[in-house]
Order: sequence, then C-alpha cells, then structure tokens
Amino acid sequence: MARSRYLPDRGLTARMGLTMFLLGLLYVALIAVVTTQVGLGLGLVIAGGALFAQWFFSDRIALYAMNGRVVTPEEAPQLHGIVDRLCALSDMPKPTVAIADTDVPNAFATGRTPQRAVVCATTGLMQRLDERELEGVLAHELSHVAHRDVTVMTVASVVGVLAGFLTRIVLFSGLGRRGGRDQNGAPVVLIVLLVSIVVYALSFVLTRALSRYRELSADRAGAFLTGQPSALASALTKITGEMGRIPNRDLREAEPYNAFFFAPAIASGFSLSSLFSTHPTLERRLEQLGSISAQLGRPTT
Amino acid sequence: MSWLGRLLGRSTPPAAGLDALFAVPGAALTLESATGLRPTGLGSVAFRAAEGGASAGSVAEAERLLAADGTPAVERSVDSFGYTWLLVRHDPADLDGVAGLVTDLHAVNSTLVDNGFGPSLLCSLVGFTGDDGRRLGLVYLFKRSTFYPFAPTGDQQQRDTAFELQVRGALGSDLPVEPDLSRWFPVWGAPGL
Repeated sequence: MARSRYLPDRGLTARMGLTMFLLGLLYVALIAVVTTQVGLGLGLVIAGGALFAQWFFSDRIALYAMNGRVVTPEEAPQLHGIVDRLCALSDMPKPTVAIADTDVPNAFATGRTPQRAVVCATTGLMQRLDERELEGVLAHELSHVAHRDVTVMTVASVVGVLAGFLTRIVLFSGLGRRGGRDQNGAPVVLIVLLVSIVVYALSFVLTRALSRYRELSADRAGAFLTGQPSALASALTKITGEMGRIPNRDLREAEPYNAFFFAPAIASGFSLSSLFSTHPTLERRLEQLGSISAQLGRPTT
Repeated sequence: MSWLGRLLGRSTPPAAGLDALFAVPGAALTLESATGLRPTGLGSVAFRAAEGGASAGSVAEAERLLAADGTPAVERSVDSFGYTWLLVRHDPADLDGVAGLVTDLHAVNSTLVDNGFGPSLLCSLVGFTGDDGRRLGLVYLFKRSTFYPFAPTGDQQQRDTAFELQVRGALGSDLPVEPDLSRWFPVWGAPGL
C-alpha cells in the first residue's frame, strides 16, 4: 500500500466536531421549549419551509442573485477545462459552470448535491488571477461542493433562524395576549422568549465558527487536490488585497451571499471581529497553506 | 468518500486504479476490426505534479526507470492547464505491440503511486490512427477505472462525437466505458494523440 501524502488535521476536525455538537444541543433546547407551546409550531413550520426552499433551490437562487450566466465549453474553454480536470482528479460529477459579470473578484459554489451544483466565477476574478491561481480557487469551491457545505450550513443555521423567528412571534403576539388572560402564561412566555434569545445568540457565534472551519477545510482539500497550496495562497493574497479597492455599491449587493464566497466581500470602513466573521483571517489561511506546502514537498522515504 | 469525511470536510483525492489499463490490447484488436484504426505506438500519462521537491523527484525516478530498459522513450511536457504529460513510445511493429506500450505506461503509473502521487494521476491516453487520417485517443480515467474515446477533427477544437459514440458501441464489451458523457472531457493537443 502506497503511503498517502494527505494527512488529516486532527485539531481542525476536533474543533469542528465540538461546534457541531454544541449546535445539536441548541436544537434540543429549542425543541424542548417549543413543545411547551404547541401554538408556535405552525409558525416554525413556515420558517422551516422557507429555509428548506432556500436549500432546495440554492443553485438557482445564488445564480439569480449574483446575476450568473451559465456558459458552455465553447464560450469559456479555459474555465471548463480547469473544472473538467479537477472533477476527473477528485472523481465528482461535473457541476454547471457559470460566469457572473461583475468586477468583484470572487467565486462561489452552491447546490444541494454534487449532481446539482453550480460553480461560478466572476469576470473580475478571471481578469486578476493567472491560470494556476484560478485553478486553486475553483478547487476550493469544488471542495465546498464535495463537502456538501450548502447542506451542512443550512442545517446549522436552522436553529438560529427558528430561534430568531420564535423571538419575534413571542414579542409581537404571544407576550401581550397571553400574559393578559392567563396567569400562568406570562412566566412560560418569558421563558420561551429568554431561551429563544440565548439560543439565537449562541447559534450565531457557533454557525460563524463552523463556517470558518468549513473554509479552512475547503482550502485544505483544494490544496491537496491540485497539489499547489502556494497558488491558492497567492490567489487569496491578491483577492483580499483587492477587496478594499472595489466600488461600494457592488459590495453591498454581494454581502448577503458572503457565506458562499471564496473570500468575503467586506465593505470598507467596516471591521469584523474574528468571532463573527464567516471566513478565517487571511493570516490563518496562509499559515495553513504554508504547512501543506511543506508537507507535500517532503520526501516519503 | 464516506459521509463522515464529508461532514468533517476531510475529502482527499481518491486513489488511482491502474489495472484496467491492461484491457487495452484486447480492445485494440476489436477497434481495428470494427473501425480500421490501429495503435500509433504512442501513449501518455497525465498527472498534476505537486509543488516542491518530492514530486519532481518521483517524476525523475519514473523517467529513469523506463530509460533502464534500453529505450529512453519518455518525453516530458507540461500542458496549458499545468498538468505534466509523460509520453511513452513503443514501436507498434514490435512483437508485444500495444501490450508493451501498456506495460511501459503501467511502470510510469506504479512509480508515481509508490511515491504517494497516485491521487494526482489524471488520465492515460493510448493513440490510434486510421489510413484516412482519423485520430482517436482512448482516454483512461484513473479515478473511475473507465475509458472514453476522444476523436479530435481538423485544426479547430472540434471533436467527432458521432465517431466517439460508434467506438463506444464497438468497445462496450472489451472495456469499461465511462457511462457519464459529461466526464468525457476533451484533451486538445494531448501528447500521444
């Protein structure tokens, strides 16, 4: 048996596992609270349904929102050639390939399964990066597809969305009406409200942490796929450096889709604390890619 | 990849299957009787060389290994997508014919796999040509252990899809042909075509 060069990062796996476990605990807490208030169930079903639709149609929604255009191999031979080869290397079905006509240098991948995935690069990205760097970015995006990240992040965000929805229902309807008529109602409603707020706050921090771990995993898997961690690092440096110089109007349009992006579009003058950001810092990503580069260069004997 | 690997985001490129390549000599006979195409004696292996010294070292070792046979018949080139191609020549008039070519290709592949670069193997190609100038590459996908025909026509980047499908029909019982047509990606200008 030949030795594998691809070593798992156990620390990253452990942190991600812990985050998922804590999110699972929040689900249990939320369900326990909801079962005390059967009337809230209908509202939650509606919120859940909306989220399901977002997951189910994720490929079309993202393409529409980003104004992405599906391109044929004849229209974009280079992009298709790179994706073809990466799919053959990683043995995954070829996703739909699209180009978004915007100067923001970025790429995204969505779709609920690898069979229904879309990979989209912006024209700004293709202008700024050379072939190797573009390949690195696409390998990162295809790793998101392989890891089912749209599904993972949708499931992870359900608890937060439901808790936020619950908070609003209780605040605007439940609290006033029920508290007035029912003597036992008020404390129960207050508990529901309190738990919802706490669950919402915790899930917000946890899903952001999970998103950052998924980004690091995609960087890692993408770098192993091409064997060129330094090309990906170079692409990251270029894109994040460019981010501050792009027009604000485009950035505001792009922001709701940050979680699917290769590098986050952060509006200038807005500093995110690392706890709340969907992507790891550039330094953290470059550090990981550097260690993969060293690992690949080491002789096996 | 296991569901746990996906959940934890630990996907790595799958290992390469090498053995299906030995079905090529039998298929070459079928191909000649069905379409009149004969092996050109050229074959190639494409892989993604990783950055750093370890990858370069194992490529050099594969070249040395084949040179030791007496025929230093490996040519290295890098295509526009950054993949390294090793072109192997083996005279089709030889006694062992296309079987000898496949053995040489297998030696290259094994060397790369032994050095831990099996997951970087992309595809292998065996060239065929007809008296009318038609060209066909039988492309082997390492990760799926399947083959597909690739028939470029003329100077433009065009392929003869009808002929490729005809070849698929002819070879269906000799080779595992890739069923998913979206994976029949074009390898324009590949060494050995």
